[in-house]
Amino acid sequence: MAKLTKSFHRALWAFHINSGSCNGCDIEIVAALTPRYDVERFGIKLVGSPRHADVLLVTGPVTRKMAKEVRRVYEQTPDPKVVIGVGVCGMSGCVFYESYNLVGPLSEIIPVDVWVPGCPARPEAIIQGVTKAWEKLESLRGKK
Amino acid sequence: MGLDFFLFSILFVFLTMGLGLVVALFIRGIDRKLTAHMQARIGPPLRQPFLDIGKLFGKDTIIPENSIPWLYNLAPIACFASAATLLFYIPLGSLDSVLAGRGDLVLLTYLLLLPSLALTLGGFASGSPYATVGAQREMVTMVSYEFPIIIGVVALAWQMTMLFPFDPNLYAFSLSAFSAHLVWAEVGLFGWVGLALILFVFLLVTTGELAKVPFDVGEAETEIAGGLLAEYSGRNLALFYLGDCIKAVAMGGIIVAIFFPFNLSPLLSISGLQANAVDLLFFFVKIIIVLFFSLMLIRVGVARLKINQVVDVQWFTFSLICIVGLLLVWVDPWLSPVLGILGG
Ligand code: SF4
Repeated sequence: MAKLTKSFHRALWAFHINSGSCNGCDIEIVAALTPRYDVERFGIKLVGSPRHADVLLVTGPVTRKMAKEVRRVYEQTPDPKVVIGVGVCGMSGCVFYESYNLVGPLSEIIPVDVWVPGCPARPEAIIQGVTKAWEKLESLRGKK
Repeated sequence: MGLDFFLFSILFVFLTMGLGLVVALFIRGIDRKLTAHMQARIGPPLRQPFLDIGKLFGKDTIIPENSIPWLYNLAPIACFASAATLLFYIPLGSLDSVLAGRGDLVLLTYLLLLPSLALTLGGFASGSPYATVGAQREMVTMVSYEFPIIIGVVALAWQMTMLFPFDPNLYAFSLSAFSAHLVWAEVGLFGWVGLALILFVFLLVTTGELAKVPFDVGEAETEIAGGLLAEYSGRNLALFYLGDCIKAVAMGGIIVAIFFPFNLSPLLSISGLQANAVDLLFFFVKIIIVLFFSLMLIRVGVARLKINQVVDVQWFTFSLICIVGLLLVWVDPWLSPVLGILGG
């Protein structure tokens, strides 16, 4: 059903899930919206509900309690969608490495399209991650 | 009324509709751009709303399991349709509206309520606790902004019926009558102050009517996840988006038609099609200026009110200002001449 129209990657709406992060990455995501970086000029905005989202920004190492919720939010997001893992946490656990409470990495819970490493990831890196997501969307459109 | 008239009307309806849609989205683009500039950001391009709509129509439309599907799907269409109907009542510059003479300001206040009502229904039908809370909040705001609006409308209608007391054929308070007779010119000093008060309240009530900051308690993204719209996605969300944009233009258009029905063409001494085009452009510019004061400036300046504060502000403060305005308009015919004698 879902079509990848041309306007798609110029109007990405992002939903932010915190799966147990230390809040460092979350603040950097908000920093990307501030006047200094202003991602709204690329049509990106943060939305309050996964139903409106095209991009899921997942921060944190996925704790045992949050795994179910992350999966659920992923399923609630309408297709086509892109998942961006922000921060090293989701990749390896970072400072929470080998904690008894983790079920990550994130890629074992939901399919991740783009990784943005960093602890925390810098706003520039997050913006670059979004451009990587554009590339991915464009290649998907090419296939159709 | 032959076939020609019928065809012409249909053509006019489609033209108004298409123009209204494009202008509404464009104005939303200007809105976002200006807001961004006021916050020292660059902001999205002017065509961003078009891209948003294009994207939303391309997305999946999810119907939640515990929703009421027919109502859930009907609400966005009802919202869009009722908002679009508003457009047909607004005189576009020097052109008369499509439905001129078939409804007046009182009907318009009811029509203005319908998109919000559709939103509320959709919120209840989507079966999510967030949406239900949002819908209840929206109902409370709807009740609270209706009162000041209706007082303002009564004052304006009062003014108009005094102009045409005994003419049953004239729709005394249709928007076309307002455009034809400048309300400011018909009153003395007291009425002038009264009308200014009513205009002030109308500008602020527009914000509440469109559920924008500081009155956006029903959508409140940061507390209740988009509230009414929490479950909506894809095409349904796009229709709500369009309905919201059109309603903003309609509300701005109503204020312009009542309070600022000036046209440029008499000044430039042009006529015919050219004049209509110039007036139309000027009309949209006026709408943007009105919306600048009632949406953008307020949104950048203040944060969201609490739900009880919304009701307090709209019921008490706005209604009080409107009642004072109504009284001033009422006493104007007697007091202003007295003032003139004293002054002279
Ligand atoms: S990557 Fe670092 S900053 Fe980001 S959530 Fe993990 S620990 Fe915090």
